[in-house]
Amino acid sequence: MQPETLFDKLWNSHLVQAQTDATPAIIYIDLHLVHEVTSPQGFDMLREKGIAVRSPGRTLATLDHSTPTLPAGDDGQRPYITAQAQRQVQTLRDNCHEFGIELHDWDSPSRGIVHVMGPELGATQPGMTIVCGDSHTSTHGAFGALAFGIGTTEVGHVLAKQCLLQNKPKSMRVNVEGKLAKDVTAKDLALNIINYLGMNGGTGFVIEYAGEAIRDLDMESRMTLCNLTIEAGARAGMIAPDATTIEYLRGRAKVPQGDAFDQAAEKWLQLASDPDAVFDSEITLDGTSMRPTITYGTDPGMSVAIGEPVPLATNATQEKALQYMGFEGGQSMSERQVDVVFVGSCTNGRISDLRAAANVLRGRRVADHVRMLVVPGSENIRKQAEREGLHETILAAGAEWRLPGCSMCIAMNGDLVPPGKTAVSTSNRNFEGRQGKGSRTLLASPETAAASAVMGRVAGIADLEPVQEVT
Amino acid sequence: MRAFTKLSGPILVLEQENIDTDQIIPARFLTATDFHGIGEHLFADWRLDADGEPIPAHRLNQPSARHSPILVGGHNFGCGSSREHAPHALLGFGFRVVISSQIADIFRSNSQNVGLLPVVLEADQHASLLQMDGEEITVDLEACEVTVRASDGVEQIWPFTIDPFARHCLLRGLDRIDFLDQAEDAIAAYEEKR
Repeated sequence: MQPETLFDKLWNSHLVQAQTDATPAIIYIDLHLVHEVTSPQGFDMLREKGIAVRSPGRTLATLDHSTPTLPAGDDGQRPYITAQAQRQVQTLRDNCHEFGIELHDWDSPSRGIVHVMGPELGATQPGMTIVCGDSHTSTHGAFGALAFGIGTTEVGHVLAKQCLLQNKPKSMRVNVEGKLAKDVTAKDLALNIINYLGMNGGTGFVIEYAGEAIRDLDMESRMTLCNLTIEAGARAGMIAPDATTIEYLRGRAKVPQGDAFDQAAEKWLQLASDPDAVFDSEITLDGTSMRPTITYGTDPGMSVAIGEPVPLATNATQEKALQYMGFEGGQSMSERQVDVVFVGSCTNGRISDLRAAANVLRGRRVADHVRMLVVPGSENIRKQAEREGLHETILAAGAEWRLPGCSMCIAMNGDLVPPGKTAVSTSNRNFEGRQGKGSRTLLASPETAAASAVMGRVAGIADLEPVQEVT
Repeated sequence: MRAFTKLSGPILVLEQENIDTDQIIPARFLTATDFHGIGEHLFADWRLDADGEPIPAHRLNQPSARHSPILVGGHNFGCGSSREHAPHALLGFGFRVVISSQIADIFRSNSQNVGLLPVVLEADQHASLLQMDGEEITVDLEACEVTVRASDGVEQIWPFTIDPFARHCLLRGLDRIDFLDQAEDAIAAYEEKR
């Protein structure tokens, strides 16, 4: 038999109808994640056609994008940014009720950002095909799933048929060899890969990450890396399931339990790419040379190691980016005053991210001129963080502790960066205006974000003074 | 979906590379539950001032912009989020075709699903078009050709390739879900097998 990649195995096992010269393949979708922003028109299509959701049991919904991160007021009303945002949330609630879909509403103990909640519940499993009307669906590839973002018309297709029309993308393997330095996080790793590939280097490809540095990553780090795959233009990123994957999933609510889990795990471990499998493209990077990294421009590929100056612009795109960001080529990044710091999002809003930020903040203060927002990725993470007392550390440092949601990553709920202000953000996009009209975003790890909050300027953890022990 | 066969009209050039979907339609306009009127928010942060008034000098606010059915964007057009609001906003503004030298994957399939024709040309052809703002060209999906008149007056015909199924659906105005409907037996058989 022809050796197969992880991607080949997933693709072939989900083929309902093969691709031909004239028609795309039909692939079956195991899990469809739904949120309030990209689904309403999909449900409308069902109503127009008078049909039901084909597989409600394979559909899982949450509220995350348009939701306020401040609690309800004394009147019990949640502070939605607009009546329209509130209506959008109500529309999802109505649609889930009408079509019999499991929705994690405000009262759910598991509500969270769609790409945080799915894995947490164990709804995300190896070997699955997973889609969502959201480009960061690539996150779920961390489990050895084929997971990618789709548009709203396709949301309708999956609701109606549990299938998707797709031409098979090309495959790329990105090997990261060697061990990452202790202060290099998955965010830094991802920014380095995107910097190497460019923001369109992955267009047309599904990426499999491999190599020692990847195998060493825990699941939350793998999710951060796969999440950011779309920022290199590839719709999906994936990592072969291994013992780390299995142990993360064991005992979660939606995975098989007991012997059935071990049987499933055995199958999952066989999904890895065959040793002789051939990729359409393959690159190898040296993980040992990577350093903590931060972006300076208006796409996630424009990044430098912390401490390095802003690069000189070599083309019109970079010139425009520097102009928007208010940087001069050659200028030291660490001169830049930071106004806002955001820790959260489907990229870096998990418990390990909050712990990392809290570790930096412990015994320190956020600089007076900095507004820092810490937004857990889910209710489960919020509760875990509060059990550990992380919220107390965060609040004591002068940062805000919010309710779970996408918040300032997409800035459509009212959490935003004012025009012209600079944010160090653990989110995924530094596009012009992404965090609010005129906002200037520097993407970095939670460690770097917290260090910058303390220093009040762009800084890494190496720039921090040691905390004075209280005796 | 509205069919697309052939169209002639002046092009509107936005030469910036990597025009992402947050530029095409900023996130704060995504709270609507339908796509009605979304064209008015197209490129809102480029086109409109802090009070929401059009900035007269912007290319998209020139009177001719509303009569340009063809947008020529810089390399890697449509990168970023999966929001289908982006092609809907372009359609709502009056565009029927987007041309670039590279178009991002999700934006491309979204465009094909909603009746906006994405056309990818060779780098040199694309570079020529970037210098031809306002000039009339013809996009023929039946023939898969773009016809331009170069500065010396000579007509040039540039063939392009497009996914055959997307072309089939666009030419006839077919919703792609009809193809899934026709595959009902195969879908049911697959579900049975699992």
